[in-house]
Amino acid sequence: MKPAEFYQRNREIHPPALTPNYKTSVARSPRFSLISLQNSMSEITGPTFGHSDIDAIDNDLIKNYAKAGDPIGERIIVHGRVLDENARPVPNTLVEIWQANAGGRYRHKKDTYLAPIDPNFGGCGRTLTDENGYYFFRTIKPGAYPWRNWVNNWRPAHIHFSVFGTGFVQRLITQLYFEGDPLLKHCPIVHAIPDADAIDRLVARLDLNATIPLDTIAYKFDIVLRGRRSTLFENRLEGN
Amino acid sequence: MAFQDPQYLRETASQTAGPYVHIGLAPGAAGFDIYRQELGFDITGPNAKGEKIRVEGIVIDGMDSPIKDVLLEVWQANSEGHYAHPEGGGPVEEGFRGWGRVITDFETGEWGFDTVKPGPVMGRNGRMMAPHLNFWIVARGINIGLNTRMYFEDEAEANAKDPVINMIEWERRRATLIGKRSVRDGVTVYRFEIRLQGEDETVFFDV
Repeated sequence: MKPAEFYQRNREIHPPALTPNYKTSVARSPRFSLISLQNSMSEITGPTFGHSDIDAIDNDLIKNYAKAGDPIGERIIVHGRVLDENARPVPNTLVEIWQANAGGRYRHKKDTYLAPIDPNFGGCGRTLTDENGYYFFRTIKPGAYPWRNWVNNWRPAHIHFSVFGTGFVQRLITQLYFEGDPLLKHCPIVHAIPDADAIDRLVARLDLNATIPLDTIAYKFDIVLRGRRSTLFENRLEGN
Repeated sequence: MAFQDPQYLRETASQTAGPYVHIGLAPGAAGFDIYRQELGFDITGPNAKGEKIRVEGIVIDGMDSPIKDVLLEVWQANSEGHYAHPEGGGPVEEGFRGWGRVITDFETGEWGFDTVKPGPVMGRNGRMMAPHLNFWIVARGINIGLNTRMYFEDEAEANAKDPVINMIEWERRRATLIGKRSVRDGVTVYRFEIRLQGEDETVFFDV
């Protein structure tokens, strides 16, 4: 493959840096504009991962921290494909997730919420997409979680996702939400995103066809990373 | 009138990594042991050639306070300016990944990692880029990851010709991308303070 750059990121569908209803963003958002940079080799390349980096059980959050039994909660499969903006699959890419347990408690030394830790649930998983860009995790549906923003803010049930792609500029962290959650319309982090359609695409759909009867319910969540031009650097008119 | 739909998908929107990013990306720091190996701690592997260096820093918010729940990833070339990637410009040493992941200390906000100094990298239109590290920064309160670069103080001549540094119209802002060199116990250390907002705000790129 010859070097080709990624499509410009459409910043209108992403949350801007400064979203005052999400209070922490106020002191953590740059005030100067970003400097726009055409891609070079530093941007179009990125780390690669293989099956020697991870273990097969890493995508099974029901079993990967089980000590004396299975975790408590709604057993779910979260699955989907990682695609690019050209609708091509992104194979062999690392997908990492983390989440609270069924009661909304995170296994993190800084989380002091009174809902208890589940002794059989860690709350993280990772996997590589297959040759079709497909991934899946088995886990417990996370609970809602209160946080200190306004006095009475609750995060909707969510799973954090981290995805790589093939170039470092495709690097993305986002959050999966669940279809029908009434907390979605009240969350300042969700509504940091200015575009209603972009929010809707973060909502995983109930996928009855992928459930395992009498065992595990399923949600489908496709992820889209930036697409790439077919044009080479060398063929482009350059002002730089 | 109906227009043809060009049929591109739209990128999934970013969301903050939140305060508990460690659970997924550095579970040991969250306080539990789950994976056979965490990823991102060994940037160069055992066979890397070139000068061994340490890179350290702190991320400071608009209230002049260190951020203690940040996660940084670094992407760099080897000492010959090649990335560990099929389009990376050439071969790299066996085991060289060039990617690292670090978190800040929960008490002090300091972060640091050991690596080798990258070589100059071929840029656009055949113009060489000065040695640099590519950074991606996420944390609670950061809605979309911030991209920046660290260049090296002792590469003044290459920095002066670097096409990316020279694209920054405001010359005094260029200094925010230069890691400051010192030597400690025989190891070369570069310090890179990232200021998210306010006076001497670090340059961030839309890449």
